[in-house]
Amino acid sequence: MSTQLKSDPRLTRPDDIYQVLIDAHRDLSPEQSQAFNSRLVLLLTNHIGDEGVIAEAVEAAGKGL
Amino acid sequence: MNSGSTDTASAATDFTYQPSPDQSATTPVRHPVVIIGAGPVGLAAALDLAQRGRKVVVLDDDNTVSTGSRAICWAKRSLEIMDRLGVGDALVEKGVTWKKGKVFFGEEQLYAFDLLQIEEGHRMPAFINLQQYHFEAFTVREVLKHPEIDLRWNNKLVGVENREDGVTLILETPDGEYRLAADYMLAADGARSATRRLLGLDFKGQVFKDRFLIADVIMKADFPTERWFWFDPPFNKGQSALLHKQPDDVWRIDLQLGWDADPEEERKPENVIPRLKAMLGDDVEFELEWVSVYTFQCRRLEKFRHGRIFFIGDSAHQVSPFGARGANSGLQDIDNLIWKLDLVLAGKAPESLLESYHAERAYAADENILNSTRSTDFITPKSAASRAFRDATLELARDHDFARRLVNSGRLSLPSTYSESALNSPDSLGFIGAMVPGAPCADAPVTTAEGRESWLLHHLSGEFCGLYFARADETEDSLAQLRETLAGLEVPVRLVPIFPPGSKAPAGALIDSEQLMTEARYDARPGSLYLIRPDQHVTARWREADPQAIRGALHRALGKGLAAADAEAATEGTAA
Repeated sequence: MSTQLKSDPRLTRPDDIYQVLIDAHRDLSPEQSQAFNSRLVLLLTNHIGDEGVIAEAVEAAGKGL
Repeated sequence: MNSGSTDTASAATDFTYQPSPDQSATTPVRHPVVIIGAGPVGLAAALDLAQRGRKVVVLDDDNTVSTGSRAICWAKRSLEIMDRLGVGDALVEKGVTWKKGKVFFGEEQLYAFDLLQIEEGHRMPAFINLQQYHFEAFTVREVLKHPEIDLRWNNKLVGVENREDGVTLILETPDGEYRLAADYMLAADGARSATRRLLGLDFKGQVFKDRFLIADVIMKADFPTERWFWFDPPFNKGQSALLHKQPDDVWRIDLQLGWDADPEEERKPENVIPRLKAMLGDDVEFELEWVSVYTFQCRRLEKFRHGRIFFIGDSAHQVSPFGARGANSGLQDIDNLIWKLDLVLAGKAPESLLESYHAERAYAADENILNSTRSTDFITPKSAASRAFRDATLELARDHDFARRLVNSGRLSLPSTYSESALNSPDSLGFIGAMVPGAPCADAPVTTAEGRESWLLHHLSGEFCGLYFARADETEDSLAQLRETLAGLEVPVRLVPIFPPGSKAPAGALIDSEQLMTEARYDARPGSLYLIRPDQHVTARWREADPQAIRGALHRALGKGLAAADAEAATEGTAA
């Protein structure tokens, strides 16, 4: 039902970005990883700034959990 | 625990029980209005009724003002209401006016805020801090000037019968029990309301699994007059803390203890004092005035009106103290209810107007509960993920502006806009700004025709008003005609004409001296008219003063539209 959240491929170098995300956690404990992810979500949420997009992303992320 | 050294607000803080002739009457004496509870909300309700010439009996189970400072932050809207009731200046004079705050995380300051940046040009400050016992003492002093108010101490409610035609109360006094009858009863008997218990009403909501130590200490300290809030300070690791100044060198300190803390142990001075020394430093001398350990709840009654019984203040709704939404919302309750009750008692409005009290104030309570719950969730995260987000927000707040806006140590009380109220008329097109139907009127500086400086809200006091922005070439005749039209409506509406700066206003008119109203605050062009309710909330506004439209809007604001709508709905229901 997504109308605003972009699901089509948008990353020119997807493997590189994926590795950046994984590498950022390399030396972190599970608690630190959670802290890191929380900060990242907040930074990106503010950057996106669109409540509709964020609500759709929240819904999509929760699917199946 | 009382210091005995501080000045109290007025001469009397302990009062004497005096038997009333009602106690020896053979049949219960009937009064139009009986209020249970002589706290800030019950006393303010009594003053509002007395100002309208209504007789009222106020009963309290105690004979003193509150013990401990309890409510301390009084918001601008509360001060405006108390100003209307004759106590505003005394409160502001004694209170500590503040507008700045700081938020700390660990050892460092995250950011500072200044409430006055929001808006200038209001008679009342954004907030004052004043101990509840001072507030009550000032208000009692005013109450005693009104012969309409029969204030009875040591009258404890032990029974209540709520019938369609009236309420019967059973009261316990030092001289035994007696009965009293009332047309209407207002339960202002607090979070542990006896009325609520006697009627067996549920008080549903959420308990927060956390404990807080609240201490009022007397000390000579040179901390600034600011609200300081700490997350995870070195002196209270992993918890929060609050420091706030009150008059008479009394400081409010609030320390989060966690759910596992033992309330009995924690309130013992031998445990409190080391905690405070860790916060204030070993060399600061202080004395404990009042200590309490609290858990917080956010909950409300399903219905604020039960026939002839109205719940006002904490008896109807309870919030956490972060945001100062308890006593402040209670005062807005009485502001909302009393004019309605007065008009119904006068036979000028139908019972349906009383039902709008529940609709409007339950809406406000939900708003307060939502804000207060969010603050509490930020201060006391309920899950590992919630804590991770909270801590992430605080960490980011050091360097990123956006995260400071997410930090929530209490969203400070603002009055509700009853935008959904059935008493409102649909808004006219073409207005901008916050003064939509349902909004509380923003104050503004004005000058009288005689050149005296004054404030708008003083001229919108207690009755329906037509706030009219006169044209530059307005003749006295056209003004007189409008005044007469408004005065002749089913409930008189008092014309409050506003002239632009520099114009020659006729006697009785006001001048928008700083152009705050015509500009952003009311977006008022010449010819615009606002219909204002007796509680200073906008109920309708137009670009042109059309008598037919005003008549309709007033009818609606009196709850008569509601009665018609209800009747219609009932008919439809029958037909279906």
